[in-house]
Amino acid sequence: MNPFGYARAADAADAVRLGSAPRAAYLGGGTNLVDLMRRNVVAPATLVDVTGLSSAIEERPDGGLLIGAAARNTAVAEHRAVRARYPLLARAILAGGSAQIRNMATVAGNILQRTRCPYFYDVAGSRCNRRHPGQGCDAIDGHNRDHAILGGSPACVATHPSDMCVALAAADAVVHLRGARGARVLPLTELHRLPGDHPEIETELEAGELITAVELPPLPPGAASGYRKVRDRAGYAFALVSVAAVLRVERGVITAVRLALGGVAPKPWRARTAEQALLGAPADPATFRAAARTELAAAVPLRHNAFKIELAERTVTAVLADLAGEAR
Amino acid sequence: MRVNGAEVEAAVDPRTSLLDLLRETLGLSGTKKGCDQGACGACTVLADGERILSCLALAVQYAGREITTVEGLAGPDGPHPLQRAFIDHDGFQCGYCTPGHLCSAVGMAAEAARGVPSYVTADLTADRVVLDRDEIRERMSGNLCRCGAHNGIVAAIAATYAAGPGERA
Ligand SMILES: Cc1cc2nc3c(=O)[nH]c(=O)nc-3n(C[C@H](O)[C@H](O)[C@H](O)COP(=O)(O)OP(=O)(O)OC[C@H]3O[C@@H](n4cnc5c(N)ncnc54)[C@H](O)[C@@H]3O)c2cc1C
Ligand code: SF4
Ligand code: FES
Ligand code: FES
Repeated sequence: MNPFGYARAADAADAVRLGSAPRAAYLGGGTNLVDLMRRNVVAPATLVDVTGLSSAIEERPDGGLLIGAAARNTAVAEHRAVRARYPLLARAILAGGSAQIRNMATVAGNILQRTRCPYFYDVAGSRCNRRHPGQGCDAIDGHNRDHAILGGSPACVATHPSDMCVALAAADAVVHLRGARGARVLPLTELHRLPGDHPEIETELEAGELITAVELPPLPPGAASGYRKVRDRAGYAFALVSVAAVLRVERGVITAVRLALGGVAPKPWRARTAEQALLGAPADPATFRAAARTELAAAVPLRHNAFKIELAERTVTAVLADLAGEAR
Repeated sequence: MRVNGAEVEAAVDPRTSLLDLLRETLGLSGTKKGCDQGACGACTVLADGERILSCLALAVQYAGREITTVEGLAGPDGPHPLQRAFIDHDGFQCGYCTPGHLCSAVGMAAEAARGVPSYVTADLTADRVVLDRDEIRERMSGNLCRCGAHNGIVAAIAATYAAGPGERA
């Protein structure tokens, strides 16, 4: 690991000031950043510890929640209101990592965790456009079973690994930001970028911009929600495919739906094409399956991951069927 | 910081992990380094009673905190009940993963006692967690055992905590 300085931010303004130094990086729980630094994937000159910033989980007047960026993943998943009103979020967080990692990881760090593409981590042995722009991508013709089927580009086919973000995408979450030029908000679905020609630019954040909170609007009244993760072993593995969904059924007809996929794309994938096919349609397995198909019609499989298309269709169908059963 | 109840002061390079501080600087070699990447759980310790991975923790971030390692689990009247249960139920072979499993299970019991659900908890809103085998397996999935002693490990944890979780931490 390269030497670096360490500073603890007292509040958001202090963090942004410290974070404006050259090659500074914000430090949450360190569960991703420390690993990346140890493997020389990144080498910040200064770490600005932002775990002392707000970790409060507050009720909003509209019935939503405001979650401080420094809230630990466990704290969010165990919160009464999250468990009762956002089961998709509690379940998604609990599906990620291990309990030890969830006790350390912060909400902002989870959102900004980097891909788990093995070539990205293999600094000495592999080419990677995301790590070294223009170098090439060893995944495209390599071992790409875990890689993207939607939203990839000839430059990069990595997936975004977060479970929590898939639920946040389906919950219409909004991210609160603060930078040198002031504060702003961005829907979570617009925070991460698809790789295109520039996989090294992963988000819409400006240099030194800080995540201060995540806001959850209330889910549609009467809707059920859930999260399912499919992986190679029962626990402690990244998703091959995951599905977060919100569904309301009235007299057999779908009157509200939000759907997001994980493990299949370089960003948390909001499945708007499928949502359009579902809204107003009868809540039955044939509808669910057909809607999943329309979303995955755009899929471009790589040599080793074509199975993800069928897996995603089946998982979407199963999750929606479960929720339709609950919502009745 | 405090380590196992004793005040310790150390000047560390910011690069030093909590794991290396414990093992190299403080000579507490009970906590093990398996992967150094967050994947095995061998380095699990408790920070203010919460289980964390000391290999991914920068020591500087834990200034002022109360750290408990496997060396700190035993009480004045001998080993922690969980340690006894690991012996009774053959919860280890080589023992390399054991310190991590012990600290992790103590932290797990405290989480269960305050009602933290897991991915396999059917009713997320339930107040009480019933620590059956499936719950224990899921909650302990961050600790790997290369010797395959998992059955004994789960049995030891079940014997200690399945009745009423987390009285002793
Ligand atoms: C073995 C292992 C298994 C895992 N399995 C899963 C899994 O199955 N599912 C899953 O979703 N995740 C998994 N994870 C990833 C884990 O969830 C992330 O490492 C964690 O959420 C990152 O949070 P952190 O607070 O530790 O972030 P850090 O490592 O501290 O930071 C991550 C990034 O966020 C930036 N950052 C942190 N806070 C802010 C802020 N406030 N504003 C702006 N930038 C900020 C940092 O600069 C850094 O770039 C796993 C990790 C490991 C090690
Ligand atoms: S898929 Fe993306 S992250 Fe992986 S090697 Fe290719 S460019 Fe790098
Ligand atoms: S040594 Fe820390 S998780 Fe393996
Ligand atoms: S007893 Fe050998 S690794 Fe678990």
